[in-house]
Amino acid sequence: MSRLVLENISKRYDKTIVIDRFDLSVADGEFVVIVGPSGCGKSTLLRIVAGLADQSTGRVILGDRDISLLPPAKRGVAMVFQSYALFPHLSVRGNMELGLRQARTDKKVVAERVAEAARILELGPLLDRRPAQLSGGQRQRVAIGRAIVRQPDVFLFDEPLSNLDAALRSQVRIEIADLHKRIGATMIYVTHDQTEAMTLADRIVVMHAGVVQQVGTPVELFRAPANVFVAGFIGSPKMNMLRGRAADGRVEIDGAGALPIKTRTVGDVIVGIRPNDIEINDDPSQGLTAKVIANEFLGTESNIRLRLKNDETVIVQTGPEHPWTVDQAVGLTARGSALLFTPGTGRRVED
Amino acid sequence: MSVIVGARSSIVRSAFVHIVLIVYTIIALIPAIVVLVNSFKSRRAIFGSPMSLPTPDTFSLIGYQRVFERGNFLLYFENSVIVTLVSLALIIVFGAMAAFALSEYEFRGHRALGLYLVLGVMIPIRLGTVGIVKLMASAGLSDTLTALILVYTAQGLPLAIYILAEFMRGVSADLKSAARIDGLSEYSILFFVVMPLIRPAIATIVVFTMIPIWNDLWFPLVLAPGERTRTITIGAQSFVGQFLTDWNAVLAALSLAILPVLVLYLAFSRQLIRGLTAGAVK
Repeated sequence: MSRLVLENISKRYDKTIVIDRFDLSVADGEFVVIVGPSGCGKSTLLRIVAGLADQSTGRVILGDRDISLLPPAKRGVAMVFQSYALFPHLSVRGNMELGLRQARTDKKVVAERVAEAARILELGPLLDRRPAQLSGGQRQRVAIGRAIVRQPDVFLFDEPLSNLDAALRSQVRIEIADLHKRIGATMIYVTHDQTEAMTLADRIVVMHAGVVQQVGTPVELFRAPANVFVAGFIGSPKMNMLRGRAADGRVEIDGAGALPIKTRTVGDVIVGIRPNDIEINDDPSQGLTAKVIANEFLGTESNIRLRLKNDETVIVQTGPEHPWTVDQAVGLTARGSALLFTPGTGRRVED
Repeated sequence: MSVIVGARSSIVRSAFVHIVLIVYTIIALIPAIVVLVNSFKSRRAIFGSPMSLPTPDTFSLIGYQRVFERGNFLLYFENSVIVTLVSLALIIVFGAMAAFALSEYEFRGHRALGLYLVLGVMIPIRLGTVGIVKLMASAGLSDTLTALILVYTAQGLPLAIYILAEFMRGVSADLKSAARIDGLSEYSILFFVVMPLIRPAIATIVVFTMIPIWNDLWFPLVLAPGERTRTITIGAQSFVGQFLTDWNAVLAALSLAILPVLVLYLAFSRQLIRGLTAGAVK
């Protein structure tokens, strides 16, 4: 019903290309997260969908309507901003009503919808307060409420959690996930935080420098990243990337030793190994020789930072209890799934 | 130890600052107070002891009596109020619209246009008096309040645009985006979202623009000296003669002329201070 299709969207300012030929089809009720480092064009893309910015080329199609040229209010979208963007001189109720009033919606309908949104978001007792009297988390709930009352076909979230502190962030994140389950609306969510992307998304779009790197489910992106950028961006702590040469089922890492890896690939490669796929053993001659330089105890697990002979740093994730101490010389081996990438293009090598 | 020394030196410093401010306030207030005090004294007392307060002997309301008896003082007053308020309203409305366009929209030549619009801050409008008089005469606007309103609006716009555009750039872009998504027109965004947020800037402009307009003698003299269109500043002049000046009436008229400015200033002063210090504190 309200399938959203972005067709060949590009955005240029003079000669700078902000978004380069972006294509995406979002199914009705799907939760898509667009993730990438700051300046990758993801917020601009969201503004184009909302009608707040003009695309240089391409079309935005919602259901069977081409909404590319419609003003924001006529597109059937609602947006939640990083800075909440609540009108400071209106009460919570006034903020939520404004859009419907502008559309000259019947007063009874307005009251019903505001009451409904207030119930979903537990804003009832706050309806007559001003935004200045609310905490950050409450303000963002009001902003979400303002979006809900408009009953849009598509919800747009522009880094909605970035202004909140860590504890509140995970709480509001859960609220957004619950909200999506409950109302089942199509949502597009922009963030630079891969944790938010992994936990919220049905599908993730990874962008870098205005170009889509990969589109897929969180599991797909984690298990089979298309290139070095996606591999490094998704997953925390970051995937370890080591340059070397593959031959005879092993990879010689430049100046650091050899790593046995099952592969038929031959030639220069970048090896990507997730921190929890590396095994440490107390024989420095096995696999890569490394020295423990730091040890982070995180309660349910530990991150160990090690330095290879070629001065590169590797992070290994182990259980909370482990025998390794700082300055100890150890050997590193891969525990199975290592990914290989072509050095020039950064693309993953399919084995 | 160092805390105490720091506290002491800050007391000395703030005492010094306050002494300077108090002296300045006294210097600024004395003329106004002398005018006010003397407006309640008989003519002889004004010249005999200009600095003393009115005593039962010297107290006299003759000045006020003459002001209201002779001349159309209420009409002059009304003219001044109309000219000042209408000019202010036009300056704020058009200034806000121009400032919004400059701060919000990207269009070709927008920097050049901005520069052109604020150029007026640097060029005194009185330099163009001859041209303005000719223009008003050929437009048939001589001796009308409209002529004064148009001139004052032109005079006030550059500063208003400059200050408002600067403040509007500070208003969150997300807020304007949210308003657009909610379906507010650009005019609604300007007047119902942006303007309430920059009230201090508006208060600053009101006070800074109002006082020169209210006090102006030049343009009422050259554009609207007729009896029907006289403003209060010219009205007060009518008591100044070549050989004999009715000081009681002049002082009473001036005292009355201070009142509306004072009222408006008190109404806007809290906002004004926020406007003046906004850049410094943030």
